[in-house]
Amino acid sequence: MNRYYWILGAFAALVALLAIGLNLNPRDVPSPLVGKPAPAFNLNVLAKPETTLGPKEMQGKVWLLNVWASWCVSCRQEHPVLVEFSKKVNVPLIGLNYKEVRGDGGFDMSKMAADEEKKLAFERANKWLADHGDPYTLTVMDLDGRVGIDYGVYGVPETYVIDKAGLIRMKHTGPITPEVLGKKIMPLLAELNK
Amino acid sequence: MKRLLTLVFALFIASTAPGTKYPWGAAFAMDSATEAALAADPVAEKRLQKLSEELRCLVCQNQTIADSNAELAQDLRREVRTMIKDGKTDKEIVDFMVTRYGDFVLYRPPVKGITLLLWGGPVALMLLGLFILQRYLRRRTTRINAEDQPLSADEASRADALLKENTPK
Repeated sequence: MNRYYWILGAFAALVALLAIGLNLNPRDVPSPLVGKPAPAFNLNVLAKPETTLGPKEMQGKVWLLNVWASWCVSCRQEHPVLVEFSKKVNVPLIGLNYKEVRGDGGFDMSKMAADEEKKLAFERANKWLADHGDPYTLTVMDLDGRVGIDYGVYGVPETYVIDKAGLIRMKHTGPITPEVLGKKIMPLLAELNK
Repeated sequence: MKRLLTLVFALFIASTAPGTKYPWGAAFAMDSATEAALAADPVAEKRLQKLSEELRCLVCQNQTIADSNAELAQDLRREVRTMIKDGKTDKEIVDFMVTRYGDFVLYRPPVKGITLLLWGGPVALMLLGLFILQRYLRRRTTRINAEDQPLSADEASRADALLKENTPK
């Protein structure tokens, strides 16, 4: 009889292990950047293309960096949440427009000149924000996705919480839902802004 | 059911055949840009190929960036190519990826605290299996030995009686 308990116990343990494993989200890859300084960049600002912005200018503030693109379907899902957020909360929300043109997939990039891409990217991003509302304090343009690589972006949208010292404190991959905002981001922002 | 299995099998074969249009089956070497670059510098491209096979594409998680044609995989291959051109060592290139995407980007996760179960688990399970097998065999031997006693005088006489009873006359 004893032996059957053993087998049953081992089986239950295996089921528990698999149940935990199957309920984890494989997209939720822990970012090695959490706790590290936000990688530097210096990118053109969407609203004022002649100016640039980087994490250096944000030092001393708690801020959010949200990676988006007009071709990104899930960004549409989170956008109203961000618009609401920007109305209610006084925390800078910087948009990082990621590969606006070349990420779309609908263009033959080998036939497009760099300045043509740039022009099109600014037009598309501006139009998208005009259509859907602009929650961003500023948006910077990462045309070739090079800054995205430094931030370990692999699925747009992604959102980073960066503290006053310029350290990344949290990364969220995928659209921000009201739950994520209320339960994870807002408490963290409150704590960091103390 | 059998038909379904055949269909699944056929699809599998089709998807693994080289040169198919499926993005997940598209071989790295089929990429025309890569072919051009390969002709330009075969040594660098060989390194790129080798490194790419060690790096996971985070978009399609069960493919390497060599296999995947996802946007990100293409970008990362471009990054690796640039770093090779800049004379970076393999270790520097892999470290570049790990600092951005974490150990998850490595197809062969490093042995450390958190991956101990991953690396040691199969060995531990095999040892456990061997231990159980050995214990079982030993117990079985003892049991057989215990049963394998010569007959007692009483048992012998009873066996004799039974044998006599059945002896044909």
